[in-house]
Amino acid sequence: MGLTAETPPIVEIQNLSKSYRRGSQVVPVLNDLTFDIEEGEFLALMGPSGSGKSTLLNLIAGIDKADSGTVKVGGVDITTLTETHLAHWRADNVGFIFQFYNLIPVLTAFENVVLPLLLTGLSRSERREHVEIALSIVGLADRMDHYPGQLSGGQQQRVAIARAVITDPAILVADEPTGDLDRVSAREILDLMERLNAESGKTIVMVTHDPRAAEKAHVIKHLEKGVLNVHTETYF
Amino acid sequence: MFILKLIFKNAFRHKLRTWLTILGIAVAILAFGLLRTVVSAWYAGVEASSATRLVTRNAISLIFTLPLSYEEQISHVQGVKIVARANWFGGIYIDEKNFFPNFAVEPKNYLSLVPEFVIPPDQQDAFIRDRKAALAGRKIADKYHWKIGDTITLKGTIFPGNWEFVLRAIYHGRDKSDDETEFLFHWDYLNETLKKTASLRADQVGFYMIGIKNPGLAAEVSQTVDRMFKNSLAETLTETEKAFALGFISMSEAIVVAIQLVSFVVIIIIMAVMANTMAMTARERLGEYAVFKTLGFGGAHLAGLIFGESMVIAVIGGAAGIAATFPVAKAFGEAMGDYFPVFNVAAATIYMDIAAALLVGLVAAIVPAWRCVRIRIADGLRSIG
Repeated sequence: MGLTAETPPIVEIQNLSKSYRRGSQVVPVLNDLTFDIEEGEFLALMGPSGSGKSTLLNLIAGIDKADSGTVKVGGVDITTLTETHLAHWRADNVGFIFQFYNLIPVLTAFENVVLPLLLTGLSRSERREHVEIALSIVGLADRMDHYPGQLSGGQQQRVAIARAVITDPAILVADEPTGDLDRVSAREILDLMERLNAESGKTIVMVTHDPRAAEKAHVIKHLEKGVLNVHTETYF
Repeated sequence: MFILKLIFKNAFRHKLRTWLTILGIAVAILAFGLLRTVVSAWYAGVEASSATRLVTRNAISLIFTLPLSYEEQISHVQGVKIVARANWFGGIYIDEKNFFPNFAVEPKNYLSLVPEFVIPPDQQDAFIRDRKAALAGRKIADKYHWKIGDTITLKGTIFPGNWEFVLRAIYHGRDKSDDETEFLFHWDYLNETLKKTASLRADQVGFYMIGIKNPGLAAEVSQTVDRMFKNSLAETLTETEKAFALGFISMSEAIVVAIQLVSFVVIIIIMAVMANTMAMTARERLGEYAVFKTLGFGGAHLAGLIFGESMVIAVIGGAAGIAATFPVAKAFGEAMGDYFPVFNVAAATIYMDIAAALLVGLVAAIVPAWRCVRIRIADGLRSIG
């Protein structure tokens, strides 16, 4: 999917800074970042360990708080939201894909995927319908009643992707989504994410170390010591 | 429904740990219930006492007697309906370990004062008619396989000698809380024998049981009776049957307090064990709770999951403990029947068991829930992988 210049950016980051405290020491992680992410963009964030890419992802997804600066997603400045409002906002607007899938082991694939829908007003039958569609999209319609322990790593990550898209969020954030997978499974996951971006227009922000994974993205941004490298690669 | 399913699945994720915790709670609730039942059994006499019965005894001590002549005077006090004399006999049946309370009583009046002793009319008549007759509670009759017409010999301790009685009647309690281990016989039989063998001890009464017209007269009648014998050789102390029974319990109050204390300590210990289990559980699942938060679940949801899990374990353990209390209490009551003639698990004990189990579940979840609610998502996610 191509970018359209008329639509405003879905993510607007202004003067964003974040530091962590280690004992009495303050360690800066992100330093005065300013950039936008366009709607429908597939962005790969790359950089060495400790460069702040996961922290940046967390700030965009509203699961961490910035020290200063603003993060606007879909026009909403999420740095001003309370914890409760942020929780609601995340449920409605963000889908998460983690490196280690983070599925609940005592729940089946179906039950894992249905979790975010429990916070909506959908009826039981509507929820079932949505989950069946989501699992079909990721190719796991026949694995609905399987527990995570009965699925391969690639299949678990596909369940996690189904859970991420089940509420039809505007933005998907993925933290090393292929980091725990073999090459074949990794390619399948990346193809799936690419398909979601191309066919459903999902904005994807992906943190990765893997250049092959980053190749799937439209835009690659490099972070180093908390600042964005001026070198940004754009592929269309 | 889904959340309930998740709570149950979470609760049994570590089956061994959960079942051991449940076992611990069950044993604690069982111990708590048994100890509370022991305390109730201690107070059984108090509970069974009547508000319309007073007891007049020697003001110095229960071991000192009162003259027989007091009976007539007491019966004329306004508000008194009936008076029955009685003596603690303290007889032993074959062996000292076969303990049951035995009294010499004036049968007709005494029985009219204790309507909770249910006796077949023909047996009651036979008991009143025969001077050597004895009346026994159902429990001791069953225990020693006594039948109507059997001769029972008690060895006197306060009144030396072998005393023979013919069992003419067996009573059973009107309520579950009524003592069915008493052994009663004619006061006249005791007195006439004493006249022959120890005349100085004859015509002496251990205590008078007074029936009053209504409970409101208790204080007035007590004062009148005691005033009547003031400055006599045998001053009296008249009190309600309940106060009289409590007087006995006060002698062993330290034991009762200790038992009560131990029962609460048991609950505190299991509370700590359960809190430890829940703390371990919550710590292990910190990452999962962070995922839940990431998906939009709030602190209340997470607290609900943790409290729910804790309550499931506590309720199962509590239910098992309560279910076990009844057969164990029955066996305990049978084994200790000589010491606790009434040993029933009271409804109040069950309510306390339920409250204790719920409290354990609730308290154990407070700290883990508080920690999970406060954990930052990023920190929680870092605990994975």
